[in-house]
Amino acid sequence: MTPRRKRIFIVSFILIGISIAATLILTAFEENLMYFYSPTEIANGEAPKVRAFRIGGLVLTDSVKRNPNNLKVNFVLTDTINEIKVIYDGILPDLFREGQGIVANGKMKSDNIFVADQVLAKHDENYMPPEVAKALEDAGAQLPYQENKIVK
Amino acid sequence: MSLNNFFAMGGYAAYVWSAYGISFIVLFLNIFLAVRNERKTIDELKKRLGSNNK
Amino acid sequence: MYKWIHQFGSPKYFYDISLHLSKWVTIVCIVCFIGGLYGGLVLAPADYQQGDSFRIIYVHVPAAWMSLFIYVILATSGAISLIWHIKITDIIARVSAPIGASFTFLALSTGAIWGKPMWGTYWVWDARLTSELILLFLYLGYIALQSAFDDKRIAARAGAILALIGIINIPIIHYSVEWWSTLHQGPTITKLDKPSIHLTMLIPLILMVIAFKTFYIAIALIKTRSEILKYECNSSWVKKILGN
Repeated sequence: MTPRRKRIFIVSFILIGISIAATLILTAFEENLMYFYSPTEIANGEAPKVRAFRIGGLVLTDSVKRNPNNLKVNFVLTDTINEIKVIYDGILPDLFREGQGIVANGKMKSDNIFVADQVLAKHDENYMPPEVAKALEDAGAQLPYQENKIVK
Repeated sequence: MSLNNFFAMGGYAAYVWSAYGISFIVLFLNIFLAVRNERKTIDELKKRLGSNNK
Repeated sequence: MYKWIHQFGSPKYFYDISLHLSKWVTIVCIVCFIGGLYGGLVLAPADYQQGDSFRIIYVHVPAAWMSLFIYVILATSGAISLIWHIKITDIIARVSAPIGASFTFLALSTGAIWGKPMWGTYWVWDARLTSELILLFLYLGYIALQSAFDDKRIAARAGAILALIGIINIPIIHYSVEWWSTLHQGPTITKLDKPSIHLTMLIPLILMVIAFKTFYIAIALIKTRSEILKYECNSSWVKKILGN
């Protein structure tokens, strides 16, 4: 291969690579720029009706009901304005707990029941030792993960 | 804190140590490639300089 | 300013200064690295939510910051070399790109390892992760461009243009977690209000950030010196160095 041929080959390789990357970005961002919808957005009909999408919110305290015989679980997801019931059958991430922000992927079954095929935990940007967290809680302060951070 | 506790990483040993393992490999490769390149360059230039002087 | 740039751009001057600089950055790097590792893995307490898995932060965050920082170096060197045609910035950009690519890879892989236990998945196509992956493609494209041209000056110019176009991705990566809803959490340290990491956890992180930054400088200096020797192999000062 002559050096000129080699250059043309490599430059076209780069161009193809960049166009693949650009297509990837556009398709990924088109659908996922907003990675998830909040319960209020769903209530307002902004979320897809038929297609699968993601829903994000806080797990309502005392709403988690686990089936003792299998992995089936259902809970209520809230953004403190609207609520949506989520049904899920699978392994939950370590961070899943009441009051925790989560993102679930799935479809609407009816007006306010969401069937999830994947549940991901969304942790916050706060880091502290357990003793500090406990001291804060004892002092009556709201822990970061109990704040309603996802609410717009 | 015992040594066993340290290596267990509260049950996250596989994740924590693999992340640190990858980090060490990447950092080491950076050092290795830079130093090897430096030695190679100096050797080659010395060789060329030597043959020019003869 | 112009005079200073040209003096700094003189290969011999840079070579001499970099020898002194190398020694100091290596010392700082080693001290901060050992201190950061000990502080991060041993002294820092487990996180109240994430337990010990949060310790991945001490390699993940410095690597991610360096992936952005080195790209800014590429773009800045690119702009300087397009405007002033300074050889030394071409060299700095060329030797920095693989280091930046390796840090980007490190940020992505440690992030994936961290994501599995905490989020429940290795990878999601949210804005933060996707834009960081694009950064890796930009680095790889830059490196490919450098090897595509035999003429180093054309390669540097092509690389400079790619780096300057790609710089748009840097603010996107940084602000992605604020502009869009992402699975990735918001910034911990760079936000303006109260810092949201406890001091015992913050100090090792700062040490690791310094360690990674000085590591990059140390490696880039070694590589830059090798390239200078190659470029200047016919000048008398290089012959003098090699003669010893």
